[in-house]
Amino acid sequence: MKLLVPVKRVVDYNVKVRVKADQTAVETAGVKMSMNPFDEIAVEEAVRLKEKGVATEIIAVSMGVMQCQETIRTALAMGADRGILVETDIGLEPLAVAKMLRALVAKEGIELVIMGKQAIDDDMNATGQMLAALLGWPQGTFASKVEIADGTATVTREVDGGLETIALTLPAIITADLRLNEPRYASLPNIMKARKKTIDMIKPADLGVDPAPRLTTLKVTEPPRRAAGVKVGSVAELVAKLRNEAKVIP
Amino acid sequence: MTVLVLLDFDEQGVKQPARSALAAAAKLGDIHGLIAGSGVGNVAQVAAKLPGVAKILVADDAAFQHALAEPMAALIVGLAGGYSHILAAATAVGKNVMPRVAALLDCQPISDISDIVDGDTFIRPIYAGNALATVKSSDTTKVITVRAASFDPVANEGGAAAIEPVAAPPAEARSRYVSQDLSKSERPELTAARVIVSGGRGMQNGDNFTKLIDPVADKLGAAVGASRAAVDAGYVPNDFQVGQTGKIVAPELYLAIGISGAIQHLAGMKDSKVIVAINKDEDAPIFQVADYGLVGDLFTILPELEKAL
Repeated sequence: MKLLVPVKRVVDYNVKVRVKADQTAVETAGVKMSMNPFDEIAVEEAVRLKEKGVATEIIAVSMGVMQCQETIRTALAMGADRGILVETDIGLEPLAVAKMLRALVAKEGIELVIMGKQAIDDDMNATGQMLAALLGWPQGTFASKVEIADGTATVTREVDGGLETIALTLPAIITADLRLNEPRYASLPNIMKARKKTIDMIKPADLGVDPAPRLTTLKVTEPPRRAAGVKVGSVAELVAKLRNEAKVIP
Repeated sequence: MTVLVLLDFDEQGVKQPARSALAAAAKLGDIHGLIAGSGVGNVAQVAAKLPGVAKILVADDAAFQHALAEPMAALIVGLAGGYSHILAAATAVGKNVMPRVAALLDCQPISDISDIVDGDTFIRPIYAGNALATVKSSDTTKVITVRAASFDPVANEGGAAAIEPVAAPPAEARSRYVSQDLSKSERPELTAARVIVSGGRGMQNGDNFTKLIDPVADKLGAAVGASRAAVDAGYVPNDFQVGQTGKIVAPELYLAIGISGAIQHLAGMKDSKVIVAINKDEDAPIFQVADYGLVGDLFTILPELEKAL
């Protein structure tokens, strides 16, 4: 079974982002970039499926600027077999990404796509669901456990108030939540090996997709800051403040 | 303009996040609510009393019993024709179903909006709430999920909507519900609670949640939450988690106990009306967002607090 794992290059999760002075975007120049953490979990899950003999080949795909090759290399060092970069300078939205992934799924004969549930930059939480819709495939989103057997993916999902388990007839889309696994660190030998793996370079037009965005970002601003409050000296003072000043307890 | 709102519900009626989505929809046009489930006649009667709703569409069919994304999306796409906007709260169901709807309508969804500028223009948090993007959509149908904590929910009663049954579209069932494992609790749900008491890594273990946090929460009628650190350490289950990767909450009163205040956690609770921080580290970042801070040992403070309430 061939697996596709889309990986996104995003501002590293440890970076405290700053809004540009002209309010057009968040500052990304000179900022550390990494693989979206949810995508790392997806790569790890794919590699484990290959180690179990369920998957035969893992293709890591990224879309965006040339530097996305680094993100693909990270996936290759973790255990993906080869990479595809869909190169474009256009800021891509989930709809365009889903359309390009659909074309790649058809071209490569993919039977299972595992991807992060959301990217930590735009926080859209949409691409997996959209890809499933375009393919007419079932979706197992926010997965915390995945088992594949007899043409079925049994997916345990993080839902409000607990967990839900569903069974999907393959082919299918799975989106990874945080607790699915702990991604491995790539070993030095594997990083060296990853350098020899191939990354095919293509353009959105090669997939027959117009990647023009549907949303225009009018501005990006800092959220309103919360003013720091006061320190109280005792429980009695705290309770008095909550009762008489904030009036939030009876 | 008429707006279709997918309504999450349980035995008690339409859930609070869905009523927040209705509050958002009221800024956009006339409202039709959608109840999809199995054996939902009574829920539809209750939903018809929601204020500001002109019509409740009821899809009563076994296919919708577990709100699986595929039949739900097919249903909404079939109804989409007459609507300028399709909304749902950004709950587990809304987040699962709505992007699927959008793709089938060839639209770019607008996820987790926190404010509405006009019928085409919306504000949504990005980078875990560290920035706010104002985006304008060029799609003819706007498919939107609503950050419930950003909109005061409409009341449960006050309206008299017409009820109209809608048929389930035929669907090929390639996904199947197996089971669920929901936390049993007498407490209010995190996203609907007026007061939340959350514990962090400072709690040291799960027993201390039961021994120290629960009694305070009981006194306040509060929900119990946790930081990701406390969840990762195994003190409490993941559905307690408040933060970027957990639930986004905005209660009247939020007590952060032994929580340092990582960006990830602040993203989930900084819109609370009043924030109290109790932490032994006076330099903990949580104090920068707290209205009232108390520096000290939570193991002595919490029992004292419970007595004082």
